[in-house]
Amino acid sequence: MTRIRKVGVCGAAGTMGAGIAIVAARAGFETVAYDLSSDALSQAAENTAGFFEKSVARGKMSKSDRDAVLARLTSTNDLADLGNCDLVIEAVYEDPKVKQDLLATLDATCADHTILASNTSTLSITEIASGCSRQDRVVGMHFCLPAQLMRLIEMSPGVNTSDETFQAAWAWTEAVGQVPVRTQDKPGFILNALLVPFNNEAIRAVEAGVAEPADIDHAIKAGLGYKMGPLELIDLVGLDTQVRLCEAFYPITLDPRAAAPALLRRMVAAGRLGRKSGSGFYNYDDQAMYGS
Amino acid sequence: MSYMIVNSGGSRSFPTGDAFLEHAAADADIVLYLGGAKMRADEQKTAILVELGGECLGVHTGEGEGTNAGKEGSNILGFNRYRNGHDEPSNLIELVRQPRTHETALRAAKTLFTTAGLEVAVCSDQAGRIIDRLVRPKYNAALRFLDEGLASAKDMDLTCRMGLGYPDGPIERVCRGGLAHHHDVTEALFRIYGTAGYAPARRAVVAKQRAPQ
Repeated sequence: MTRIRKVGVCGAAGTMGAGIAIVAARAGFETVAYDLSSDALSQAAENTAGFFEKSVARGKMSKSDRDAVLARLTSTNDLADLGNCDLVIEAVYEDPKVKQDLLATLDATCADHTILASNTSTLSITEIASGCSRQDRVVGMHFCLPAQLMRLIEMSPGVNTSDETFQAAWAWTEAVGQVPVRTQDKPGFILNALLVPFNNEAIRAVEAGVAEPADIDHAIKAGLGYKMGPLELIDLVGLDTQVRLCEAFYPITLDPRAAAPALLRRMVAAGRLGRKSGSGFYNYDDQAMYGS
Repeated sequence: MSYMIVNSGGSRSFPTGDAFLEHAAADADIVLYLGGAKMRADEQKTAILVELGGECLGVHTGEGEGTNAGKEGSNILGFNRYRNGHDEPSNLIELVRQPRTHETALRAAKTLFTTAGLEVAVCSDQAGRIIDRLVRPKYNAALRFLDEGLASAKDMDLTCRMGLGYPDGPIERVCRGGLAHHHDVTEALFRIYGTAGYAPARRAVVAKQRAPQ
């Protein structure tokens, strides 16, 4: 049973933030979507309405339920509107300074009882909370992309997170129909701690001439039953994003597997960022393989 | 496509009873050596396919020295039908080529396996081929995370299934395949690559030490 009634989402115009706002509003919570840009928020609201329109069209939701959800979901570019939220989840740019500054501002803005949650996928919850006076009420709550469809949440207490806060946040994730798993506050938690080095190994295999990207992806899918090969996945999330993940991991873990492979850096320098740039390990104009 | 088999009886790719064995001919232009059967080179054959364990194809073909180093290749290829330790064989054939492998032999081998309903991924003659090279360090990491208390085995597996859509998680998979088997694979890879990611995880070492000799 959760005592949380009103939820705020920071960075709600972004893909992850918008998805989290959908999760909260859909589960019956009054939800305030915050972002800096009114235009971006309007676009996100339009996308959200479209998402629920599809749910209605597919018979997963009634029109009256859709209207009720959308009525619970409001947008703002004024952080003060989050002041009386019981839970505020931040999903802003993955930069420790940006997140620390935001939490410090929320700390000064929100009610004393408000729990602050970070959707970081790689950064330390303890470090993000370090600028707050309420470090006992800060918790890690990492949703998977796309949040409105993926049910898993990695829940991480920081060094100073109280048991009461962690339990309250945990209860809320269950109340919204998600599946929480508990992890320690370590770089990448479970998911990225396993995935980022694994993806690097695939890049190094290309670099070492073990096989062509298509053969590597094919082997992983056919041999292990994965839905997507590692190089397809890197192309999807972006090679520049993979570099950023490595740069968040390696300085802390000093795990050589987490260091950005030289080939990855060369491809980013060459503008091969994956699907978004039209080429990465695959060419999205003609499906030709990298290096072919 | 016609093929003949020389089988010592201990094939992990095509165990006794596998339909692939039943369709072999008495004589054919493609020859498969299974289960460690001693390979005999024959340039008259279209392709000679040697089932590999953890070893490289070069162990069977020999490798060039001096100016001939890096110029290996003939009608002989290696292959391995991927298995996760004790698990049944998967549908994947890792087909191992050398720098100058004859393209006709490669094409014939691919056609042979795909006609039999198997999936083929071609790779060079490097330790661990594709899958073990990529996944064994991940299993080591997951076993280490378990020791360090990052999360429970159940939560790690659940995270990979729900967060990444994998059919199983790393702990359940490596344990199902056998931790002692994982030890043997990673120890062999560590001997060649020398990087910490391949060093057998503590739990695999323990399992190996407790395994019947």
